[in-house]
Amino acid sequence: MKDYRYIPDTATLRLDTETCIGCGLCQTVCPHRIFVVADKKARIEDRDACMECGACARNCPVEAITVTPGVGCAVEIIARWVNGITGRTVMKGCC
Amino acid sequence: MPQVATRPDRHDRLGAFLTRLGPIRNHYKVVPGLYAVGTPTAEAPVLVTGNYKLSFDALRFSLTGIDAWILVVDTRGVNVWCAAGKGTFSTAEIVHSVKHTRLADFISHRRLIVPQLGATGVSASEVKKGCGFSVIYGPIKADDLPAFLKQGESAGEAMRTVTFPLKERLVLIPVELYLQLKQLALIMVIGFVISGVSPEIFSLSAAWRRGLLLFAATVIGMVCGSALVPALLPWLPGRQFWIKGLWPSLLAGTALLLSTAVPPAPVDQIALLLWIVAVSSFQAMNFTGCTPYTSPSGVEFEMRRGVPLQILLAVAATLLWLASPFLNT
Repeated sequence: MKDYRYIPDTATLRLDTETCIGCGLCQTVCPHRIFVVADKKARIEDRDACMECGACARNCPVEAITVTPGVGCAVEIIARWVNGITGRTVMKGCC
Repeated sequence: MPQVATRPDRHDRLGAFLTRLGPIRNHYKVVPGLYAVGTPTAEAPVLVTGNYKLSFDALRFSLTGIDAWILVVDTRGVNVWCAAGKGTFSTAEIVHSVKHTRLADFISHRRLIVPQLGATGVSASEVKKGCGFSVIYGPIKADDLPAFLKQGESAGEAMRTVTFPLKERLVLIPVELYLQLKQLALIMVIGFVISGVSPEIFSLSAAWRRGLLLFAATVIGMVCGSALVPALLPWLPGRQFWIKGLWPSLLAGTALLLSTAVPPAPVDQIALLLWIVAVSSFQAMNFTGCTPYTSPSGVEFEMRRGVPLQILLAVAATLLWLASPFLNT
């Protein structure tokens, strides 16, 4: 997104160009428009704009895309940390 | 087959208000199933959504003058994007809903229009395998559906790009503040107790006087982190949210200290300022989950930096606040 930039060099998104068949579904579903498809191959144009929602990887028919998907939410991560330390579900996320 | 209106009535407006405010947010649902908008034929498009009533309403209110089917899947009352991220708006749930509603008996085509933001939980190819329907990803916003349908079910770049304008940030603020009322009450109970600790063991007058100051400081910290940060988000310096939370709280905290008729003791002033900044930075960080652009890797990255500082500030503020009455006698 042009108006907002988050922390660079943290996104786990990777694309295996060898496997890619250029169907363009990743380009369709990405809400941050970071893929470009040319010559029957997709390319990651702007990895730092990736929010790791995982839509591209979920829809890739040949599993050429890998990303550690999740919700970019501090409340959720605190809940995970607290639950991990205590070994019980002490906290739930907010949605 | 329930037929639904495309204009909000009084109940919809009241429901939307109470949901945005907070009290009924987690229980605002519609019954999953198949609904008709207008008088849809077997050729009419099928639009898929979750069963959060705000999502369902946004969808039907965008369809004035359009004949369509709405397939509501059970997302436990959560909006499409969050539900997709958490696995309730999913391939399995869509396949189940298609079969359960016997959709194929009402419709002659085999296409489902799924919101683009639902793609996080849905695999188009597996839906096809599971129930024979092709998934067509619709626009991000329901408002763009009439144009999307008119263009032969295709979306341009603008329809596929997520945005986060001021208006969308502002509507989130009431819930953000509402969700903190419980924490605020808890902090205040503890706050009044530690505000009264004094050389004469416990001073009720100090608990009241200093407790009120602490209350004001806590509220200001929360408002900075959960209202000013969302409102001013693109303009606050720093990409990490815990840093964005520092600036409004430093200003507002200083303003609070300058505006008190009888200025608190210097040590109290430092403690209050540290506390306001800690609260604001923490709440700003918690706003990451409400934005459509923060990645989990990025949030974890910034938390490893922000949380230790927030703990340090809060502990320092507490110790100074406790020590202050003993230093000034």
